[in-house]
Amino acid sequence: MINVPARSISDRALSTLNASFKADRDLRLKGYSDAMQFLANPTIFMRLANAVLPWAWTAAALCFAAGLYMALISSPTDYQKGETVRIMYVHVPAAWLALFIYVLMAVASAVALIFRHPLADAAAKAAGPLGAVFCFLALVTGAIWGKPMWGTWWVWDARLTSMFILMLLYLAYLAIWQAFDDPHLAAGLARVVALVGVIMVPIIKFSVEWWNTLHQPASLAKLAIDPAMLWPLLLMALAYTLFFLCLHLTAIGNEITARKLRAARLKAIAST
Amino acid sequence: MTAAFVALIRRDLLLSYRGGGVGAALAFMLAFLVMIPLAIGPDQETLSRLAPGLMWLALLLAVLLTTERLFQQDWDDGSLELLAMAPLPLELLCLAKALAHWLGVSLPLAIVAGPLGILLNLPVDRLAVLLLGMVTGSLALSLIAAIAGAVTAGLRRGGLLIPLLVLPLYVPVLIFGLATTGGDLGPAGATPSLLVLAAIVLITLVLQPWAAAAALRAYFR
Repeated sequence: MINVPARSISDRALSTLNASFKADRDLRLKGYSDAMQFLANPTIFMRLANAVLPWAWTAAALCFAAGLYMALISSPTDYQKGETVRIMYVHVPAAWLALFIYVLMAVASAVALIFRHPLADAAAKAAGPLGAVFCFLALVTGAIWGKPMWGTWWVWDARLTSMFILMLLYLAYLAIWQAFDDPHLAAGLARVVALVGVIMVPIIKFSVEWWNTLHQPASLAKLAIDPAMLWPLLLMALAYTLFFLCLHLTAIGNEITARKLRAARLKAIAST
Repeated sequence: MTAAFVALIRRDLLLSYRGGGVGAALAFMLAFLVMIPLAIGPDQETLSRLAPGLMWLALLLAVLLTTERLFQQDWDDGSLELLAMAPLPLELLCLAKALAHWLGVSLPLAIVAGPLGILLNLPVDRLAVLLLGMVTGSLALSLIAAIAGAVTAGLRRGGLLIPLLVLPLYVPVLIFGLATTGGDLGPAGATPSLLVLAAIVLITLVLQPWAAAAALRAYFR
């Protein structure tokens, strides 16, 4: 390696270097936008999704089978919580996904807003109801867990309240799509709602650490969980994620079909 | 540009004043106040304990009720489109409307809400800090309301959608607004909560022009 003092590089050399960096960056940006353009074609996207879906469904089914066996049968019981600890394996992944899907929705909305990517709106719209259902599952399984653990179905502690608010954010997002007949207008407004709402996600995520309350802090953060329980949990998380991926791809496909139908119907009206 | 900004605020304040101003929202607040002892009983001690939270609720709901008018009136008579075509950027237009809403509605309500709490046996020594928190927080309330107002500008039946959009975002304001009057304040007193409240105001101040303008652009597209 040649050790050149920074000062000895001439301005000219620097500018050449800068130009080459810039060209490189432009090329890379073009690569990204090419990749996005490629996925933006609904037909290509559908073909890709249809090729991936059977494998993804199989993988999800296998992960669920193995994960549920490990979680419900072979994993040890907790010395404090007994058998009820098994609720964790269906509860925690649902809560993770509820948060993850909202972020995904916001990212898709940002992509739609910045790059005018035609499928990003469909991806965000398709993610909304799925995220709401995972959020609902997290709340319900949490309540079922809370009854034996804390002796009550529901308490207004930081984590439960913040997940409840996440549910409301999902409902607000879904309500926007419901309220407007014009899909383009609804898409434009839904982007804003998703991006404004995503500010609440860090508050929801860290609520248990900021406010010391009944709900325990995230189990994985401090590696406070035994490997015998960690592996089934991670497997279940993978299964949930794959399951979401399958549902999401299918829902985006449905959205594309709905758009085509709408366009065809408008065309039919216009031609009469 | 500053002149146009100020003129827009003055126009909105004038329109709001001639349209009855803050009167209706204030009347709502009073009606809400009467309902409270009827709902939870007239026990002085209970009321005294709940008073700060209930007055915050009254403030939130009163501001919420005025959200619908924020952009809808201008959208209906077409003046919003004219204003959008003016040289003033759409972002600043949205900010001006939010500030006018604050000066015309939220700020007067916030100033009145604390003293009205005395009817609920609010501890008088808490009044000053409650007032300070409400005046600070009310700016964030107006800014958030202006985002929801822009999103529902052209919606005929926006009345039910607005609370769903606005209330989740009001939660942090409510939490830190109430933390200033909480019984278990640390040695630093109410200052940390007030500072967080101010931080929330600053964040919404940055976010609101962008978000509201993006929503309006969806309508003008």
